[in-house]
Amino acid sequence: MVDYARRGHIGSAFSIVEIIRVLYEEILRLDPKNPLWKDRDRFILSKGHGCLALYTALAEKGFIKKDELKRFCEFEAMLGGHPQYAKVPGVEASTGSLGHGLSIGVGIALSGRIDKKDFRTFVLLGDGECNEGTIWEAAMCASKHRLNRLTVMIDYNKMQCYGLTSEVMEIEPLAAKWFSFGFDVKEVNGHDLLALRGVLGKTPLDGEKPLVVICHTIKGKGVSSLEGNALAHHKSKISDDEIKRFFDELEHY
Amino acid sequence: MRKTCLNEIYKLAKQDARVIFLGSDIGSGTLAQFQKEMPERYFMEGVCEANIIGMMSGLAMNDKIPYLNTIAVFLTRRCYEQIMLDAAMHNLKIRLIGSGGGLVYAPLGPTHLAFEDISLMRSIPNMTIVAPCDAEEMKRLMPQTLDYEGPMYIRLAKGGEQVVSSLDKEFKIGKAILMREGEDVLVVTTGIVLKLALEAAEELKAKKIGLRILHMHTVKPIDREAFLKAASGCKAVITVEENSVVGGLGSAISEIFAEACFTPAKKFLRIGLPDIFPSKYGSQEKLMQFFGVTKEAIVSAVTRLINA
Repeated sequence: MVDYARRGHIGSAFSIVEIIRVLYEEILRLDPKNPLWKDRDRFILSKGHGCLALYTALAEKGFIKKDELKRFCEFEAMLGGHPQYAKVPGVEASTGSLGHGLSIGVGIALSGRIDKKDFRTFVLLGDGECNEGTIWEAAMCASKHRLNRLTVMIDYNKMQCYGLTSEVMEIEPLAAKWFSFGFDVKEVNGHDLLALRGVLGKTPLDGEKPLVVICHTIKGKGVSSLEGNALAHHKSKISDDEIKRFFDELEHY
Repeated sequence: MRKTCLNEIYKLAKQDARVIFLGSDIGSGTLAQFQKEMPERYFMEGVCEANIIGMMSGLAMNDKIPYLNTIAVFLTRRCYEQIMLDAAMHNLKIRLIGSGGGLVYAPLGPTHLAFEDISLMRSIPNMTIVAPCDAEEMKRLMPQTLDYEGPMYIRLAKGGEQVVSSLDKEFKIGKAILMREGEDVLVVTTGIVLKLALEAAEELKAKKIGLRILHMHTVKPIDREAFLKAASGCKAVITVEENSVVGGLGSAISEIFAEACFTPAKKFLRIGLPDIFPSKYGSQEKLMQFFGVTKEAIVSAVTRLINA
């Protein structure tokens, strides 16, 4: 996609590749042929700018055609810089403006409870996104309703657009915050497939609390020149040389 | 009007399992019977309006029809982006019921005065805006909200307003109601100011001036055809609203008016709230007088335009 469009939130997508992979390969109960199946698990990419990773998973699972990836951000494309509901099969909510996905997820989880459905709802947040007040409004609400089928994941790569989260807006102590908001809190290495599988696949979900999984990640993971580099948050007008270097670095990772 | 609206929500919920009621932190005992009989569909979520709109959107994505009631200013201003993106961009069937539309909360000051709620909602694609003129009209509106597509903002008035709507005239969301025939000037209203226009018409009748009154209860989508038809033959058009002259009914009608290029030319005037923060307290009525949204203002404007 980046090779074709020469733009995208590359760093933000590379930090969630393993999370998305484990979700789509092993956790989410989905039917790509019937994306609106009422009993499906729901996944909301609240940090919508990480969509390069999501689109890849949707193409791999057959929700969308792989050719769509080559048209990323084109005028008539299905796939744009942020994922769109009703336009992209498998996308549960249009995101892009931060701080919206968790409230929507709370509503979805509540609707499942009202309908006595057993589907799970997963919401992936960015760490910078946790600056938004609505995240904490939604967290209070999820905990009040004891939404034990709601799982929040945080891509904690310690960097937001401008720079380090610790410098722009410190969110520590993050685990203690979520704990105090009434969540079960787990912390994992967000690039460790086994660890992710263990914590996301743990059943039965008979507790009284929603779960938050703080995924410690590295921004731009897999491309050494992008790793931990704030300038890699979003890139446009990427040159031939840069693209070649990214691919080389990925090959040799 | 609010009581009627809430009673109707209760009735709708009784007949349709998709109906959900949500409030932020509104008056104790609101819809107590609803809560008692259908607790799984009753939510009082505290002072977090933006989160509530997101929640409602999540509920609506799964075929629920959530109705939210809270104070109009917090509903429209605080959660503007959630209404815009979560509800309207997804074109979800959620119902936003704003208490105290306009100048109702006069004693509480400008933080509580919804002088531009209609303007804010009007710039949101997919949104429907309805401002009923009295409780009877509210009663006829609510059953239609069940199957109407997309998000909807319903503006509540103070309550206890004199009933001026008529059962003889069909109420349909999106269809303006010609309340009164008259030859000279067309007055277009929305919400409770219809009463002022009807009173002005009576007074002007004695002066042999005929007022035609079009009640535009649905400000968006606006009934353009009904307006153009009603404007035909009139010398002037006046809009009256308890909303800012920026972005509300007056703006909507002026846009259609300007593009219609009437020949012969007609006069046009907006009566509404000025583009300032209201700084007075008192009562709704006092503020309306202060800002010139009164029967007298309509009479005077009509006379002036007719004689100009």
